[in-house]
Amino acid sequence: MMTDEKHTNGQPEFWDLRLYVAGKTARSVAAFANLKRVCDEHLAGKYKIDVIDLLLNPQLARGDQIIAIPTLVRKLPEPIRKIIGDLSNTERVLVGLQLRPGNSAGEE
Amino acid sequence: MANSMQLQKTSPLCKCATGIPGLDAVTAGGLPKGRPTLVCGSAGCGKTLLAVEFLVRGAALYDEPGAFIAFEETAEELAQNVRSLGFDLDELIRQNKLAVDYVHVERSEIEETGEYDLEGLFVRLGHAIDTIGARRVVLDTIEVLFGGLSDDAILRSEIRRLFRWLKDKGVTAIVTGERGQGTMTRYGLEEYVSDCVILLDHRVTDQVSTRRLRVVKYRGSAHGTNEFPFLIDETGISVLPITSAGLDHPASSERVSTGIKGLDRMLGGKGFIRGTTVLISGTAGTGKTSIATHFASAACDRGERCLYFSFEESQNQLVRNLRSIGLDLERGLKAGLLRIHAARPTLHGLEMHLALMHRLVDDFKPQVVVVDPISNFISSGTLTDAGSMLIRLIDYLKGQGTTSLFTNLTHGGQNGENTELGISSIIDTWLLLRDHERNGERSGVAYILKSRGMSHSKQVKGFRLTDHGIELVDVEPTTRNTERPSSTKGGLE
Repeated sequence: MMTDEKHTNGQPEFWDLRLYVAGKTARSVAAFANLKRVCDEHLAGKYKIDVIDLLLNPQLARGDQIIAIPTLVRKLPEPIRKIIGDLSNTERVLVGLQLRPGNSAGEE
Repeated sequence: MANSMQLQKTSPLCKCATGIPGLDAVTAGGLPKGRPTLVCGSAGCGKTLLAVEFLVRGAALYDEPGAFIAFEETAEELAQNVRSLGFDLDELIRQNKLAVDYVHVERSEIEETGEYDLEGLFVRLGHAIDTIGARRVVLDTIEVLFGGLSDDAILRSEIRRLFRWLKDKGVTAIVTGERGQGTMTRYGLEEYVSDCVILLDHRVTDQVSTRRLRVVKYRGSAHGTNEFPFLIDETGISVLPITSAGLDHPASSERVSTGIKGLDRMLGGKGFIRGTTVLISGTAGTGKTSIATHFASAACDRGERCLYFSFEESQNQLVRNLRSIGLDLERGLKAGLLRIHAARPTLHGLEMHLALMHRLVDDFKPQVVVVDPISNFISSGTLTDAGSMLIRLIDYLKGQGTTSLFTNLTHGGQNGENTELGISSIIDTWLLLRDHERNGERSGVAYILKSRGMSHSKQVKGFRLTDHGIELVDVEPTTRNTERPSSTKGGLE
């Protein structure tokens, strides 16, 4: 949705995110809203969110190995990370996106 | 078999034939159509193979395309693993008869936050089903999800929903599950799949392994409840419904020559009755194999097929030894009428032997079967096991109208009229061979203990192996006549 020119200061410069949903359910709407809020807060101007509706494009589920809905896939920066659920727990989302060190590995 | 046909007719359930030899007989027609079946067992028991074969046969025999959702191996690995069994998955995929989707869940790269469901899996499954119009579905092994996702409650409710959804789709599904401690499957899938549960097992007893299959549950249908041995070989799985034999054998009155004139004369001048069971027992070196091979050779001369199970001698050894008494087995072998299957009894378990024998008989369709000797089976199992196995084999052969001849080695001190294996009661014709020691010489005698359905000689005949075959002669009161046999089969000194 939004892109920005590159920064090169050691921090990942660009965040390529995909949100997989199946139809416009309450849960997927919530997930998108939650994600948007986190991104605007922490990644302002350097992220892109593609929303992929699997009901329209079922064949796309295979590529990113999607089974749970909603699933957020961080394509960039690498490595690929997945966060499943409605993204209601901001803390977990930040950990999952590796914007905050958590029980999983921190910044690369 | 006749039984299962009846069951099929009266069964209100629709069945989906698997096309796997034997399995459809055991399940009285196949798996419940339009419903999921759970196939469980420990690692390496053949679950995946059975599932793959279900799809491959469905596509090949019943024109039912299949979708395979693999949780454990990639499509490439799967195709590679079953190629040795003659299944070409890539070709089926090209023909749109098969769709394989590898579902991979890597826990380390997944963070869970908030509520989710498994709609993604449903979408993928639905997509696989819809693109090829699948009528059959395999989920192998869905329990892998429990390792990939942490919320058991969500998983369980979603798996329940999945099975419901599969039923609504009307597809016949196989769901595989790993055997757990004291439960059918590690995560209790049997709670959700209530229609049909099949258990596979791979057991090793006395260093001999046997694969077995059991239908644990089949709602709304009769099914064989026994354990059935099954084979995995270059043609896939075959289940052997060997206990299904009943007592409805065809009763022939046709006679077949024993290949030995003297013996034919003893048996009312005509030989054995076709489709009956013959036992020849005697101590070592009394000529059991010689009689057995005469019979086999006579069958070939009549243009019939003979399957000879040799559990003591190799084919070459057998051919060479019998040449010395003037019997040419090579002619039958070359003509394709005689097939010799030589194996050590200890090579397999009893079930597997029986299974293999079934397989060979099914394949070769012989009119005559020789098992030489049956006594060796004791070495690959207990006495009772061997006895029940032989009874099943005899039942099976009789059911096919096959004339069968068994030899049995008895030991010196033992009364030859007892069979260790306790099968004498179901033997139709029983010939005993015995050595006599007189005047510093051993000589053989033969007599018929019983022969159902005919009048037979009650005489004890002198038994000689000559370089032109077996001769049966009258025993003179003075035993000078029964001189020592002139052949290599003279007996053990």
